[in-house]
Amino acid sequence: MSWIGNAIVAVLLVAGVYVWWRARRNRLWREAMAALARRRRFALIILGIYVVIGMLDAVSWVGGDGVQGVAASEARSVIDRIFKPSVFREKSYSAPFASAEFVGGAALTFPGRHVLGTDLLGDDVLYKTLKGVKVALLIGGLTCLVLIPLALLFGVSAGYFGGRIDDVVFFVMSTLASIPNLLLLIALIMALGKGTLQVCFALGITGWVGLSRLTRAETLKLRELEYVQAARALGVSHFTIVLRHILPNLAHLVIITFALLFTGLVLSETILAYLGIGLDGSWGRMIDQARNELSRDPIIWWNIAAASTALFILVLCVNLIADALRDILDPRTLRERT
Amino acid sequence: MSAGPQPLLKVEGLKTWFPVRSGVLQRVDRWVRAVDGVDLEIPQGQTLALVGESGCGKTTVGRSILRLEHARAGRVLYKDTDLLALSHAAMRPFRQAMQIVFQDPTSSLDPRMTVRDAIAEGLRSFNIGTNAAERTERVAELMTMVRLDPDHMWRYPHEFSGGQKQRICIARALAVEPKLLICDESVSALDVSIQAQILNLLRELQTKLGLTYLFITHDLGVVGHIADRVAVMYLGQIVETGDVTEIFQAPKHPYTKALLGSVPRLELDRRGLLAAAPGDPPDPANPPAGCRFHTRCLEVFAPCAATAPALIEADGRLCRCHLYDSAINREVGP
Amino acid sequence: MSTPILNVENLTVTFPARGARAPVVDAISLSVAQGEVLALVGESGCGKSMTALAILRLIAKPGRIEPESRIVFEDRDVLGLKVTQMRALRGAGIAMIFQEPMASLNPVQTVGDQVIEALRLHERVGRAAARDRAAAIFERVGIPDPRGRLDAYPHQLSGGLKQRVMIAMMLVVQPRLLIADEPTTALDVTVQAQILALLRELQDELDMSILLITHDFGVVNELSDRVAVMYGGRIAEEGTRAEVLGAPRHPYTQGLLRSIPSLAHRGGELEEITGTVPSLGTWPAGCRFATRCPKVFEPCNEQVPQTVGVSETHNAACHDVARNQPS
Repeated sequence: MSWIGNAIVAVLLVAGVYVWWRARRNRLWREAMAALARRRRFALIILGIYVVIGMLDAVSWVGGDGVQGVAASEARSVIDRIFKPSVFREKSYSAPFASAEFVGGAALTFPGRHVLGTDLLGDDVLYKTLKGVKVALLIGGLTCLVLIPLALLFGVSAGYFGGRIDDVVFFVMSTLASIPNLLLLIALIMALGKGTLQVCFALGITGWVGLSRLTRAETLKLRELEYVQAARALGVSHFTIVLRHILPNLAHLVIITFALLFTGLVLSETILAYLGIGLDGSWGRMIDQARNELSRDPIIWWNIAAASTALFILVLCVNLIADALRDILDPRTLRERT
Repeated sequence: MSAGPQPLLKVEGLKTWFPVRSGVLQRVDRWVRAVDGVDLEIPQGQTLALVGESGCGKTTVGRSILRLEHARAGRVLYKDTDLLALSHAAMRPFRQAMQIVFQDPTSSLDPRMTVRDAIAEGLRSFNIGTNAAERTERVAELMTMVRLDPDHMWRYPHEFSGGQKQRICIARALAVEPKLLICDESVSALDVSIQAQILNLLRELQTKLGLTYLFITHDLGVVGHIADRVAVMYLGQIVETGDVTEIFQAPKHPYTKALLGSVPRLELDRRGLLAAAPGDPPDPANPPAGCRFHTRCLEVFAPCAATAPALIEADGRLCRCHLYDSAINREVGP
Repeated sequence: MSTPILNVENLTVTFPARGARAPVVDAISLSVAQGEVLALVGESGCGKSMTALAILRLIAKPGRIEPESRIVFEDRDVLGLKVTQMRALRGAGIAMIFQEPMASLNPVQTVGDQVIEALRLHERVGRAAARDRAAAIFERVGIPDPRGRLDAYPHQLSGGLKQRVMIAMMLVVQPRLLIADEPTTALDVTVQAQILALLRELQDELDMSILLITHDFGVVNELSDRVAVMYGGRIAEEGTRAEVLGAPRHPYTQGLLRSIPSLAHRGGELEEITGTVPSLGTWPAGCRFATRCPKVFEPCNEQVPQTVGVSETHNAACHDVARNQPS
């Protein structure tokens, strides 16, 4: 299954370059990107590091580095190859940079080399934290890939066409919003299975209502603006109007909501992990597994600290960027800039 | 009314009503009769001004003609074709012949589209010009025609002033070579000095391109300056229509008199002579019985509250008032 | 000659633009005499509304009234007042009515309550007495069924009635100076005529001074005694109504008056003032109107024109007027 990961990375890279190239040709987007780079340089760099780590973990292939045993026939990513988890492990807990086991004090196989210590099974905590990056990015990214088109489809058609379509969409939205989110999620995951794709799909289906409401309201407003009326008077078809006038003017809303959804989703997964249905290898799992460690005496803190800190930094960076984006992409600032 | 050549646009009995819904089931309660039986005629190459205050329905008339609003009754005859009877697909070629310029230049332009793309939108829609380069050239021609610098075509609307944006809107409307241009309060949002520039431009374009204008406005000064004929609207109906100079110098309908009398003059000795219609305009969802203006009319008499007057010919113009209806006057007396 | 009720000297209001601070109102001086109506005319962006806000010290950051400005109202230095004193002055000494009555009225309070609130803010009056005063004021400003309307909400009233309520709110405390910022621009023309007549009646009756801000010369002609024309943050011309409207000397005023369309101008081209108003921060050195003036010559682009007296009451800030003036 390694080729799926590789294919996704390839597609993402190509898509990223394409979007970058198209945006650079449009002066408004160019100015927006420059403004963002100016205001949030640090957050962008850190987010970039996360993305690179995630990509390194997504690209994987079989064989080639002389590892023996079961691992030899599995596809291993770049991170796997750097850390060699089957080799680079202890028997059980050990503190960061320690040379002896935490319980009992026996000597370690790799004394002083575990930067963040090891967990219950002896796996290096830094390694597990880095593997969690890809999972977090997946939760945010893949879910939004399902969620955003769904929200736009319902929201824009309800707002633009109104009438019966609006009534139906509104009904669906209200019904979905009335069902407790968590329960619906759990039910869907139980039904579909606990794999990554299924969890992301379930999160997507339960999360589109908020953005849909926003886009519906904004579309209602945009539809009455004179430039849309002028387009109708010029004989432009409804489909073209939606594509060329409505969607580009919704872009700022979508981008900002995407950034906020992303963090919300990553944090939601943490809660799901608490309930036992989180994704394999995510920080939520790490935190869940570390629950009992805090009550031990002496305390074992490095597991939960590593996962929480990595989570916190990612969420903070994305929130800061979203905040700056809200100011930069606000259509009103477009007018004041003259 | 005119026995001459066929008018370019003729509107007969146009009615556009908006539903007012209430209650849990959203049933239609009442109707706002924004346009309630309007008749208009615009001869080719002339300018008809449609005047009235807010709420009289003049903007709705313009939009109903272009089918941007749904009219429930009436005919809109462009040359010989009734536009309201056409399907949306059949209507499309006629859209090329009639265009509109709106009041607010800022909301009339998509802020995320360059000026060139905005003006070329009609060209693309009607497949004028075989490729993008040809269309760009046509956009440059149009921009020069409205006295804008074609080098600025790659800029965005927010980089232009109000008057310049309105010129862009005019260029966009003219791109498809229409015969009729509806100007819906097109100069109302502009400063006086810019307004003068745009009015001069519109007059120049009319002569050069042989355009016919339907000029919707509330500003009587503008009407006096550029219109050939004027139609005065009150609460969804035309109350007086005819030649501009005649009506301005000798208005017949009491509302027209009130309207003309309310405009403050610039002459130094014409101060303190404002004559207005007392009270406020009534609710369009609940028009008064009989003549719609009788609640504010200074010349009201017996039949006004009971019977609604029809549009009658009086001295070379049409007027909707019992005062000029010789049939009624014979019975009741002056 | 009695002392003017309002005396503004060297008023400068700046806003940040392109890195530096640019003046939206540039060292203007004007005065309003007791019982007189001064009209401040100009197009959008000329700074007339800012002048009004500055007099009431309602300029919000990042705008700033520069320290060399002086505003004196009835012998009190307005810019030096403490916040509490200023609040007492607003509404009672100097009142203001705005263009959009809908935006100025609280939609969740009845109009009667709003008028009563305005009254009780400045005078110690009991509730019943305040209600009586409010009803009396409503009647005075021509609101039909005054007592009944006290309990109406703003959205239930038409534009004309709302503006009458604004005038009532202002009147109930009987200010000595009224600043009216485009009071009739948002109203229909028949309603405008009613409001203008009302304002003139009240002004006569109460001997109130009015600073009328507008862009409509017709309104200026109807109400004002003296006129000041603003362009680019400076006063271009000032004089009595007859002088400015009848015999304007500044090229901007002349151009403006000639570009007003009317039946009399039929068939001809309207005189245009070419070009557009430069945006904030890009003002040319010298006379602000130089880029659009038909009579421009050498000093216009370099030197700021001094105010030249054309008559005892009439002056204009223009190099052309200066050179044509017999000295």
